[in-house]
Amino acid sequence: MNAPNPPLRLLIVDDEAPARRRLREVLADCAEQLAVEIVGEATHGQDAIQQVQQHVVDVVLLDIRMPGMDGLECAFHLNRLDVPPAIIFSTAYDAYACQAFDLNAVDYLLKPVRADRLVRALTRAHSLNATTLDRLREAQPKARTHLSVNERGRIVLIPMDDILYLKAELKYVTVRTPEREFLIEESLTRLETEFDEAFIRIHRNCLVARARIREMGKLPGEEEGHFLRLDGLEERLIVSRRQYSALREKIKSI
Amino acid sequence: MKRKNHNNRQVELPNFCHLGVALRIALTVEAALAAGAIARAPDAVAFWADFIELSALAQPALLLTLMGLCAASRWLRSQSYRWGVSLTLGLGVATPVLATLWLHPLLGEIGLVSLTGVAVFAWMMGVGLLSYFNLRSRALSPAITEARLQALQARIRPHFLFNSLNAVLSLVRSDPRRAEHALENMADLFRSLMGNANQLAPLEDEVALTRAYLELEQLRLGDRLQVDWHIKKMPADALIPPLVIQPLVENAVYHGIEPQPEGGEISLNIYLSADKVHILVRNPIATEVSHHKGNRIALANIRERLLLHFDLDAQLKLEPLGAVYQVHIVIPYTRERTQPAPAPAHRR
Repeated sequence: MNAPNPPLRLLIVDDEAPARRRLREVLADCAEQLAVEIVGEATHGQDAIQQVQQHVVDVVLLDIRMPGMDGLECAFHLNRLDVPPAIIFSTAYDAYACQAFDLNAVDYLLKPVRADRLVRALTRAHSLNATTLDRLREAQPKARTHLSVNERGRIVLIPMDDILYLKAELKYVTVRTPEREFLIEESLTRLETEFDEAFIRIHRNCLVARARIREMGKLPGEEEGHFLRLDGLEERLIVSRRQYSALREKIKSI
Repeated sequence: MKRKNHNNRQVELPNFCHLGVALRIALTVEAALAAGAIARAPDAVAFWADFIELSALAQPALLLTLMGLCAASRWLRSQSYRWGVSLTLGLGVATPVLATLWLHPLLGEIGLVSLTGVAVFAWMMGVGLLSYFNLRSRALSPAITEARLQALQARIRPHFLFNSLNAVLSLVRSDPRRAEHALENMADLFRSLMGNANQLAPLEDEVALTRAYLELEQLRLGDRLQVDWHIKKMPADALIPPLVIQPLVENAVYHGIEPQPEGGEISLNIYLSADKVHILVRNPIATEVSHHKGNRIALANIRERLLLHFDLDAQLKLEPLGAVYQVHIVIPYTRERTQPAPAPAHRR
C-alpha cells in the first residue's frame, strides 16, 4: 500500500506495562506492511503531553482508562497544539466510550489488539477536531484534572488543584493560580457544570475554589456588600448579593 | 424448627407473629365481612350499619385469635405440617366462638349471627388463608431463592477480563511459563464464577481463589499493587458463601489502586472471634471519586447474598477510616454443610 513512505512516528500511552509490550510486539509483527518508529512510551496523560512536545510524533496510541489524567482528557489538551498529532484510542472495555466513538466516526482499538486492525487504524489515523472531542467528552462527563493553554506553541497544563478562581471577562476566562494568571477560551457556565464539586459561584462572572476559601466579610461602609478572601491571594473578591445567601450555606457545609 | 438453610425447605406454617402475616389475615377477614354485609344489605345505609355491627363483633374475636396464634406460633410450627394445620384451624375456630359467647351478653340481642355461623365463617376463613400461605411458601421456596442467588452471583468486570487477556498475550512470547500460570489462574476464577452459587465453600478455597485473582492483577499493575495478608489465624475449614472475598478485593483494586498512578496497598485480614468469621478488606481511598455506583451495586449484591444464606446472622459493614476504606464482613462459623453436597469437586 504505502511502501516507501517514511516510518510513522508513534507514541504508546498505557498505564499497564504488559499492554505496552504487547503493542510493541504486534507492531514489530506488521513491520512489513507498515513501517513505524516508536519514539516513546508514556504511562499517563501528562507524561504523554510532555513526550509529544519533546519528540516529533505522528500518531498517539492512547489508552482511555488511566490513573490521573485519562485518555480523553489527554486528547483534549493535545489538541491545543498548532499541529496536533493523530490519535487512536484504545480500550479493553468501555461501552460508553465505544458508543461515542462509533457515533462520531473516531477510530479506536479494542484490547487485545489484532495486527490487521492496528495496521488499518494506523494507515488512516488522523487528528481529531475540537467539536468531535467535545462530543466524546460529553458522552463520558468527567471533570478534567487540568486546564490547558497554548503559549507560544507549547501546551501549558494548569492543575485544577492550583487554581484559586476563574473569572469571565469578555471573550475569555481568567484562570488565577497563586503565581500568575492565564487566559483560556472557555465558557464559565460550562466550567461551572464540569467542576461543580470543587468550585463555587460567588458572582455572575466568578467561580472560586471551594478548598481555598478562607474568610467572608462585610465590605466597610457599604450596605449589603460582601467580600471573600482566598488562601494565597491578597485580592478581595466581591460576592454578589444574589449569590451571598447560597454561598453562606455552602461554606457552612464545608 | 425453622431451618436456616433455604434449600429443600418443606412447606411450613407462616410465623403468625410477623406483621405481614397478621395484616394479611386481618384484611382478608374484614374483606369477607364486607362481602357478607353487601350480600345481605338492601341499600348503602343498611350496608354500613350491618358492616359496623359485624365488625364490632368480629374485631375483638379477630384480635384474640391473632394473639393466640402468635403466642402459639412457635409450638404450632414445631409440629408436623399436617398437625400444625389442624391445630391452627382448631384455634382459629374455637377463639372466635368463645369470644362470641363471651361478648353476646355485652352486645345484647343483635340477632345477626348464630354460633354455628361464626364457627362456619371462621373455619372457611382458616382453610382459605392456610391454603394461601401454603401456596405462598411454596412459591418462595428453593427454586426461587436459588434463581435469585444465581442472578446475584458476582460477575467479573469485562474490563478486568480483557485487560488480563491482553496481559497474558504479552507474556506468551517472552515468558511462556508465567503465561501458563496466568491462564491457570484465569481458569480457576472463571470456573468458580460459573459454579454453584448457593453452595457454601471452604474459606481456604475462597482465599486461594482471591490469591489467583490478585496474581492476575499484579501481572497488569506490577508494583502498583501491594497486598498484605493477615490470614494465619483464619479458620480454614469455615464455610462461607462463594465469591464474597474476591469481589470485595476486586472492588478494592478497582477503586483504591487503579485510579492512583503510584498505586497502593490492599490488606486482607481474616480471623475467628466468638464463633464468628471476620473478613476485613482495606484499601486506600483514591482522591478521584468517579465510579462509585458500581461499588454500591457490588456491595448490595454481597449483602443480599449474605442475607439469603444467613438471614440476619451475617453482617456487612462499611467503615471509612481516614485515608483507608474498610469493608468488614461477619459470618457465623459453620463447618458442616447445611445441605447434601452433590458435587464436591467444584473448585481447584
